[in-house]
Order: sequence, then structure tokens, then C-alpha cells
Amino acid sequence: MNVLIDNLSLYAEGLLGTVELTVYSSLLALALGFVMASFRVAPVASLRAFGTAWVTVLRNTPLTLLFFAVLLGLPRFGIVLPFQLFAVLALGCYTSAFICEALRAGINTVPTGQGEAARSLGMTFRQTLGLVVLPQAFRSVIPPIGSTLIALAKNSAIAGSFSVTELLGTYKTLNELGYNIVWTFVWIAVGYLIVTLSISAIFNVLEKRWGVAR
Amino acid sequence: MAVDPLIELRDVNKHYGQLHVLQDINLTVDRGEVVVVIGPSGSGKSTLCRAINRLEPIGSGTIFLDGQPLPEEGRALARLRADVGMVFQSFNLFAHKTVLENVSLAPLKVRGRGKEEAERRSRELLERVGLLGHADKYPAQLSGGQQQRVAIARALAMDPKALLFDEPTSALDPEMINEVLEVMRQLARDGMTMLVVTHEMGFARSAANRVVFMADGRIVEDRTPEEFFTDPHSARAKDFLSKILKH
Repeated sequence: MNVLIDNLSLYAEGLLGTVELTVYSSLLALALGFVMASFRVAPVASLRAFGTAWVTVLRNTPLTLLFFAVLLGLPRFGIVLPFQLFAVLALGCYTSAFICEALRAGINTVPTGQGEAARSLGMTFRQTLGLVVLPQAFRSVIPPIGSTLIALAKNSAIAGSFSVTELLGTYKTLNELGYNIVWTFVWIAVGYLIVTLSISAIFNVLEKRWGVAR
Repeated sequence: MAVDPLIELRDVNKHYGQLHVLQDINLTVDRGEVVVVIGPSGSGKSTLCRAINRLEPIGSGTIFLDGQPLPEEGRALARLRADVGMVFQSFNLFAHKTVLENVSLAPLKVRGRGKEEAERRSRELLERVGLLGHADKYPAQLSGGQQQRVAIARALAMDPKALLFDEPTSALDPEMINEVLEVMRQLARDGMTMLVVTHEMGFARSAANRVVFMADGRIVEDRTPEEFFTDPHSARAKDFLSKILKH
């Protein structure tokens, strides 16, 4: 218990770091995932190819490798940003590939007739997707997107190895100060539980609200 | 015979892999005309119907709508589709929208009409198909026949130049077929240009100006219903009619 009470501000700082990484990366991942999913079902072949390439590369690259690529690679091209922003970019892009596929799975659950009816009424691709297909896909993608964002929250721990303030990274300081390593990690785990259970709770509410409104 | 062609297909061909589903199709539908397409399954009639608003792209040939060749995928195609209504075998009402929203969605978003005007017009059309009382229900709460009548109202809400019907009664219970056919007969009497793919021979006889008989991807006969049903020329049509009429 002492570990937590003595170092409350350090833990709080770490937790805040993890929450920030999770929230910003989630927003980026959702936005990019949405765009990429639209690309992958677009009538334009080059957009489909781009979306497929995006997913293939990012989904199949280990996240740590992606962090190295972003943190060490981008500065070589003169792009120097705060480490936290680099971490958000790496996490957001990586997760967007999974969001894209969850959305695409949702789009595929909507019968093709729905899209055909929309097109036959003169709706453009955007209108068909935005007004008819995605609102119906949304219901079935709430659970997998929740899981993906929980994975994102836990993946944010990797950023700690790249000098970004986040929850897992606090163990180094505490270890040096001589605290019991087991209890140090127990409280870190509790911190992650707070984040991931909050995400679960949000998605449970979303699912109750939208998931079964048929 | 073509006085004022609204839909015109010239030398249209389409393949699904090895299968030649549309073979040198030439067909004209004049303004105000009702053309019924019949034929055995797999004869290409649904593909023909869907090709007219390019839900199925064609391999070669040209399709003209109101004098304009059918454009490639994009905004021009969307504009053209807005003028050609389509009614599907499986209704395809938007499952997440109420009946009223189903009918007024496209007028609002595609035609850019005001909400009040679009809803007033939608209510008129729902009244016309006898479903005004169901305006606030969701499609899943309606019977098949009711859903199909909503689908017809939805197509009419765009004030289309022509309506395409792709087997509109094939997914319906027998007792619901008539309520849909009655709406279609009324449309035909009102002078709507219609191309109807159907197995309803009664409708073909009573409402059609012309009957087009298709088999194996070709148009075999294209004549008035009276001539076609009493004196089919081709062996294929005689065989088809004997199968469906005598039982």
C-alpha cells in the first residue's frame, strides 16, 4: 500500500500519460480507420489498393518496430515532434488498420440490396455509405471496436520504452527507489484496469443504446 | 414503331465469365409504354433490368436513357439514376429508417428538397399506395406486400421518368401479390413508363403494351400481349407458355 500512497503523484502522472495516449490515439485510429474502410469499399480501384496496402503494412508490422520506424525514421526526414506525438502517430496508425477491418466487416453484414437501393435512388457513393450502409454497420461493429481500443490502451505501454510518460514506465523510478516490485506492478495493473474497464463501460452503453435498435 | 424512345438498348452484350448472359440485346421502351419482360429463370431478364440503371455494368453496346448514353460510375450516373426508379424483388427498404423516412430520404438528400415539402409529398404517395397509417413504422413491422408498396412509393418520390421492376412480386405470399399488382396497374393507367420483369402473366396480359420474351440471354419475341399469348411464334415461347399456363 505504501508504494501507492508514497508515490501517488508519480502514479497519477503515469496514469494521465496512458489516458492521454489512449484518447488521442483512439481518435486518430477511429478517423483513419473510417477513411481507410471507405477507401476499401470505394468504386475507385486506386483508393481500394491504397486502403489494402495501408492495412497490410500496418497490421503486419510489430508495434515496437513501428515505434522505432516513427521515432527514428521521421526525424531523418526533418520531422521532429515531441515524443508523445510520435507515440500517438505510431499507435493511431497501427490501430487504424484494425479499426478499418472491423468497420469493413460491419459494412459486409449490411445486405448488398441496401446499397443498391440507395444507388438506384441517385445517391452518391458518400451518401450511400454515410446515410444507408454505415448507420446499419455501426450496430454490429461496436463490440469489435471496443476490443480494439482496449488493445490500444494496453499497447500504449510500449511508448514507455521510448521516453514517453505513461503508466508502465513508472516502475523504473519506483524500482530504483527500492520499493517492492510485486506491489509496484499490482498498482500499475490496477491503473490499466481503470482505463480498460472504462472503455468497456463506454462501449456497453453504446451497445445498449444503438446495438439492438432494430 | 419507336415514336418517343425513353429507354433504348443497342447491341448490348454481357458475360459472367464464360456465360453469355445478354446477347445482342436491342430493345426500345417509349415514353408512357409498359413493357413486360418474361422468360425462364436464367434467361437474363433480371440482368437486363439491372443493366438499365447500371447496377450491372455491360460488356459492350450502348444504353440510352432519354437520349443520353449511360455514363460511367460517378456523379453523372447518380443524377441519371435519380430519374429512373427501381423496385427490387427483395424490397430493400432501408432497415434503420421508418416508412416515412424511407420515402423522403432521397428527395431530401438527392433532390435537395425541404423537409416539410419532402414529407408532405411522401405522405401523399403513401396515401396513394394505401399505407399512410404505417408511416411511422419500421420496414420489419410490415408484411411483404406492404413493404413492396412502400418501395414503390419510395421510387415514385423522386418523380422518375421511368420505373424498373425486377420481379416485384416473386418474394411475396400469393395473397399479397394482388395488392402490389393493383398499385402497378394504377401506375400504368396513369401513363408511367415501366419495364417490368415478372412471372405474373395476368399482369402482362392486362397492363402491358408489349411483351418481351427472353431465353438464354436473347430476346426471342417482342410483341403485343394479345399476339404473344394467343399465337407465340417461337418453339421456346410455346414450350414456356405450355409449362406455366397448363397446371
